[in-house]
Amino acid sequence: MWLYQKKLEYPVRIKCTNPRLAKFIISQYGGPDGELAASLRYLSQRFGMPDQKSKAILNDIGTEELAHLEMVGSIVHQLTDGVPVEELEKAGLGAYYTDHGVDVYPSSAAGVPFTAAYMAVNFRIKKSNVNYL
Amino acid sequence: MEEYCNNHTRGELLDEIRATNFSLIELGLYLDINPNDKRALCLCNECAKKLKMLTDNYQKIYGPLTIEFPCNKWRWLEEPWPWEKGGSF
Repeated sequence: MWLYQKKLEYPVRIKCTNPRLAKFIISQYGGPDGELAASLRYLSQRFGMPDQKSKAILNDIGTEELAHLEMVGSIVHQLTDGVPVEELEKAGLGAYYTDHGVDVYPSSAAGVPFTAAYMAVNFRIKKSNVNYL
Repeated sequence: MEEYCNNHTRGELLDEIRATNFSLIELGLYLDINPNDKRALCLCNECAKKLKMLTDNYQKIYGPLTIEFPCNKWRWLEEPWPWEKGGSF
């Protein structure tokens, strides 16, 4: 299980909002190579690991990826925090706002919702992943 | 340690906690695949000890970092959340 620590792994202190930048950075949250995919990939693969070292490293890296997910989410949140809807629309986030409001929704920069299919390739080559580790 | 806490701002203390915690996390990852490295283990134990001292002192002054810190009242709601503007101190 996990115990929440009320701090970020590294602080996020955005001084100026920038919704256009947020539209790209959100891909690192819920896109194909984002932190959500990374954390779920490691935390799912750990169940199939054959030895103590690989179980430990996948468990602990997967846990750290969750901290990265929180940092990236914080960046997206602070880049858009308090930005008027008209500005969001100008930055290309009008459709995003319609569907998700001011939440940080896990999706790619192109607006594709997060999907577990991002992890499929890695599961198929599980054996070589063990070798890699 | 108390003197150290009194002479530093909240942000400086939290920076030190974050840095120590990060060292501990990364040493842990290294030790996962190099469990017999005595020097790394020694550093890891030092970091853990330092982190405990820092967090104990920080929490006494600024409130809980986890719900495991005992308080007379529910202080979990009193401070901003770390993803918020100004929440990272």
